[in-house]
Amino acid sequence: MTHQVMVAEPVHDVPARQGKRRGDGWAAARYLTPTLLILGGLLGYPLYQLVLISLFDYGQEQASGGAPLEFLGLGNYQKLFGDPQFWTVLTQTVGFAAVCVIGTLAVGGALAVLASRVRAVPRMILFLAALGAWATPAVAGSTVWMFLFDTDFGLVNEVLVGLGFDGMANYSWTYDKFVAFGLVAAQVIWCSFPFVMVTLYAGIIAIPKEILEAASLDGASTARTVRTVILPLLRPLLVIVTIQSIIWDFKLFTQIYVMTGGGGVAGNNLVLNVYAYQKAFAASEYGMGSAIGVVMTVLLLAVTLVYLRALRRSGEPL
Amino acid sequence: MKLAVKRPHRTVAEIVTVLIAIVVAFPLYWMVLTALKPEGEVLSTSPRPWTLAPTLDSFRRVLDVQNFGRYFLNSVVVALIVVFFALLCAFLAAIALTRFRFRGRTVLLVMLLVAQMAPVEALTIPLFFVMKSVGDVAPAFGLNHLGSLVLVHLAFGLPFAIWMLRGFVAAVPVELEEAATLDGASRFRFTWQVLFPLVAPGLVATSVLSFIHAWNDFLFAKTFIISASEQQTLPLGILTFFRPDQNDWGAIMAGSTLMTIPVLIFFVLVQRRLVSGLAGAVKG
Repeated sequence: MTHQVMVAEPVHDVPARQGKRRGDGWAAARYLTPTLLILGGLLGYPLYQLVLISLFDYGQEQASGGAPLEFLGLGNYQKLFGDPQFWTVLTQTVGFAAVCVIGTLAVGGALAVLASRVRAVPRMILFLAALGAWATPAVAGSTVWMFLFDTDFGLVNEVLVGLGFDGMANYSWTYDKFVAFGLVAAQVIWCSFPFVMVTLYAGIIAIPKEILEAASLDGASTARTVRTVILPLLRPLLVIVTIQSIIWDFKLFTQIYVMTGGGGVAGNNLVLNVYAYQKAFAASEYGMGSAIGVVMTVLLLAVTLVYLRALRRSGEPL
Repeated sequence: MKLAVKRPHRTVAEIVTVLIAIVVAFPLYWMVLTALKPEGEVLSTSPRPWTLAPTLDSFRRVLDVQNFGRYFLNSVVVALIVVFFALLCAFLAAIALTRFRFRGRTVLLVMLLVAQMAPVEALTIPLFFVMKSVGDVAPAFGLNHLGSLVLVHLAFGLPFAIWMLRGFVAAVPVELEEAATLDGASRFRFTWQVLFPLVAPGLVATSVLSFIHAWNDFLFAKTFIISASEQQTLPLGILTFFRPDQNDWGAIMAGSTLMTIPVLIFFVLVQRRLVSGLAGAVKG
């Protein structure tokens, strides 16, 4: 990291990019002050508060100052871990995130390979369409998908009936728990595969031509080339997009909230994030909501650590 | 890379590519189409994938009746203020993190990465109370005011903005700074007259992403703006057209279209940089 400056060397000969210059510490402090203030006040302090609130019985009366705060210690956590609904929600969150991540990677990866094998014009068309899906705000994307799958006026039901599935007339896509999760997952995959596709495509075209020519000269099939040449070379990139997708899909809020109307019929479609929100802002159990938030943060922190290791391995200079 | 693909295979692949593109773009087409359909066609149990009587009625309804223009403006104001300050802070921080050597630099970088990954949504509850207290001192930054949204998006956008700009600042050769220093330019002058223009492409890409980040927010707008409907932003404006008796789908699609258009324009404008920038943010 920082190279030690040899005493005998005249100071001005030290290369700027390696040596510690005089005043660097102070200058850095000045340049970083606004950032540190903002992040400290609006990320650091709330994080501390999150943990703190989770240790109290903090409800509507306490929030308005009408009742004294009662310190519960780990009481909220005990109650939470003893609540079967929490475990259901946790399982749902993990399962839902897993489906989204696998779907996103499969679609994004397959289309990246496809894009690398076609000429510029079809590729451009695909990229433009993907760019559109990518750009669509989560709320707008959710409403469009809801309308497409609407019970009465949705195009999907009409097409299915037209194809002979008569039972699909007035079929509700948000009533059954798994169907609703599936619909949201499809929407999520639709708007998040472009990132994976574009990143992997950039990785594929960066693979030296000679390697692929050698593979094709050796008579390797496409599937074989993908499996034994492209995938291993893309591994570091794949690890990174996978972890980013996990983090992103695990903390999804907007799509679930909008498309299932705040967590589905009888809270069937809750995920941790929406669960915490409902506990805090619908039921005014701020302490309990915070405890869920802490659990979520800890889980994601673990994933982030794996991510940091992957970054380090791929040679990211920290 | 171009694999030596046999011609008939390539044609099939290209047809498949275009078909997939159509499927991917279809929801967007449907959104705009529905927004342009007259109400009778929207609320029809046998929807057609075209319309012979396009009308701006839904847009008019959205903009006039529901105060939607105000929501739109609110969203723009929040996003622009966030972009300005995020860029300023991130630019300075990126310089400090790439150009200066100081103790704690690596720790800070790791913390930024962690902050970028952290489930900021989990912080909604404490932030709600923070904004409540802030509002007692400075009402413009408290609950029910756009300032509260500016503050949170600034904080949440910064780690990513810094991380992204870092790559662009690092790409400017150190020799340039040495030459400028030899010519007698102060660090301040070097920063604003040499570095700033050179990093401009990175600043554009970063500002677009910061803008979109703030623009798309749903959770915090929903949590912080509770009772002041004139301080509402777009996403919640759209949701007001969901009604228990009958959703106004034409208006919902028109609102969604209005919300999507600015982002789409930005994406197309910076798509090349976006891709390399994002890949850069991923690969370093």
